[in-house]
Amino acid sequence: MMAAPVLDIQNLSVRYTTERGNLQALRGVNLTIPEKSIVGIVGESGCGKSTLISTIIQLLANNAKITSGDILFKGESLLDKSEKQLRGLRGTEMSMVFQDPMQTHNPVLTIGRQMIDIQYRDPLSKADKRQRAAEMLTLVGIPDANQRLDQFPHEFSGGMRQRIAIAMALMAQPSLLIADEPTTALDATLEVQIIKRLRELQAEIGCSILFISHHLGVIAELCDSVIVMYAGEAIEQGSVRDVFHTPAHPYTRALLQCDPGNIKEKTRNLPTIPGEIPDLVNLSPGCIFQSRCAQTIPQCAVAHPEFHTSKTGHVAACHLLQPEVQAQ
Amino acid sequence: MTALLEIDDVAVRFAVRSNLLTEIGLMPPAVIEAVSGVSLKIEAGETYGIVGESGSGKTTLARAVAGLHHASAGSIRYKGTELRGLPESRFRPLRRDIVMMFQDPVGSLSPRLTIKSLITEPFRIQGMKDRDMEAEAARLLSMVGLPQEFAGRHPHQLSGGQARRVGVARALALDPKLLIADEPTAGLDVSIQGEMLNLLARLQDELGLAIMIITHNLNVVRHITDRVGIMYLGKLVEEGPTEDIFSSPLHPYTLALLAANPEPNPDAELQRIELQGEPPSILNRPTGCEFHTRCPFAQADCEADTPVWTATSTAHNHRCHFPEIWNEQRQPTEHAN
Repeated sequence: MMAAPVLDIQNLSVRYTTERGNLQALRGVNLTIPEKSIVGIVGESGCGKSTLISTIIQLLANNAKITSGDILFKGESLLDKSEKQLRGLRGTEMSMVFQDPMQTHNPVLTIGRQMIDIQYRDPLSKADKRQRAAEMLTLVGIPDANQRLDQFPHEFSGGMRQRIAIAMALMAQPSLLIADEPTTALDATLEVQIIKRLRELQAEIGCSILFISHHLGVIAELCDSVIVMYAGEAIEQGSVRDVFHTPAHPYTRALLQCDPGNIKEKTRNLPTIPGEIPDLVNLSPGCIFQSRCAQTIPQCAVAHPEFHTSKTGHVAACHLLQPEVQAQ
Repeated sequence: MTALLEIDDVAVRFAVRSNLLTEIGLMPPAVIEAVSGVSLKIEAGETYGIVGESGSGKTTLARAVAGLHHASAGSIRYKGTELRGLPESRFRPLRRDIVMMFQDPVGSLSPRLTIKSLITEPFRIQGMKDRDMEAEAARLLSMVGLPQEFAGRHPHQLSGGQARRVGVARALALDPKLLIADEPTAGLDVSIQGEMLNLLARLQDELGLAIMIITHNLNVVRHITDRVGIMYLGKLVEEGPTEDIFSSPLHPYTLALLAANPEPNPDAELQRIELQGEPPSILNRPTGCEFHTRCPFAQADCEADTPVWTATSTAHNHRCHFPEIWNEQRQPTEHAN
């Protein structure tokens, strides 16, 4: 029997109550993270990436409400758990790495103090905790770990600080690491270093990673599978090969075409996706991407597209994928 | 023929860690050189890219050109006029010609002002009161492709991409000759990034503007710049025509940067150049070639001898002892793969 996936989200919808009315931030999102896998999420700002993360760690804003669906973490619903139980999970079973390595750490405490402090749950002696902190630093590739523990965050480079953040997130050997654009602030050589290190650590610790980025190149290199989000919906998902080589949704195709890394000939006129993300307070019926799509058919304006799944498990929500439409 | 902007051997130094002894003058204050020995030229109408990791001195260099930091040594000439040491009263008129677009697009707009007063502020600052502000606001909004009704809005009502367009309108209000754009597309989605870069390219063609663009996105640099300079620890390690830099880099750091650029293709065959160790601290610069601590091709001499800034016949300049030797060294491994 297959082990339950680390994270299994089914038909998740979240809305925010705002002055203008209900904002439908997430609608019918499905997402599965199998054990020991790296799943990427791509999408423009406003696509619901941050709401999705807050929902997973159950730290939604006060005006947010889950209106449908369930989040199963290792087979158990997070929605049934008490705040105390959730606290027991955060930081131990699931942990997070944030975007900006310069602001993640407390500037007035040494790295060692901060790494010892976060082990407050463990019944170890301080010396043992320090020893573990040093081991984690070595694991993420920081030499002279024992001396380095006595230094302050500003004495480390940006790449090192991000690796320290990763070390801290992995200290409790979580089952799920959520990384929210962890490489945006770094140059290409350090970005590659972090990606490589994440891959090695993932194999060593055996955790799963949910990796959020809008850098398509990083997703292609690091992840096993990818979910493309647009205006609050997961419009396409599948293995990175399927999604990057044979994108099934017009939005994914447009996104890939817009990446300057995909344009070989030098050009001063880069492709763009005309139009803007629809207003999530006043949703019109039909497909969410219709106003910006170059391939609309009459159905797109009236009906919300169903998910179509290919033999390889490549899922996309587009009317053009219906067998009847494909036949024409 | 003088270039629009000529930077010669410029350094920007900051004093750090003052204490009682330095305060009363018994000890010289410790100094870091955030920008060191940088030389480059920007011609009228040209796009010049500055690339390098965070902390490599890109923004400090840009601010020195815009007169927001004082250069400690060297020379910065705009149309032949020396900018270094120019008093503020004489620099101010030049700010019509040299403008800067800051990194944080929303943070650089005052939240209390309307878009109209924000984009016409440059006229008021330069004392051009005779201008018809209504007409100027309308002209600038249409120039950057924003609807006219935006004039009455406030910054918080704009999206990130729109706020950047307001930033462009503000910067170009006075018809400058040189635009310094600090990370103009950081944090933008690929589609909006494309819109922003297309806008800059169009305005450059229409207005004959020179652009100095700071970024760490190599894919952007490859498409939109004519020349590019690569910075490491506050120094240019290489600069030259964009095509030359991308096809035949003369400094190993450039090569490593180019090789590290992730491609949006899961099956891409990448030939990575592994850099050893960490970027050194600018407070404690390595001896000799400052890249030798991480360079995969370093030779014995690199630790002791400081490489000089070397020009080639194609205006492709670099700071490496042995570009020929390592370029030869890396060839066989490429064939083996």
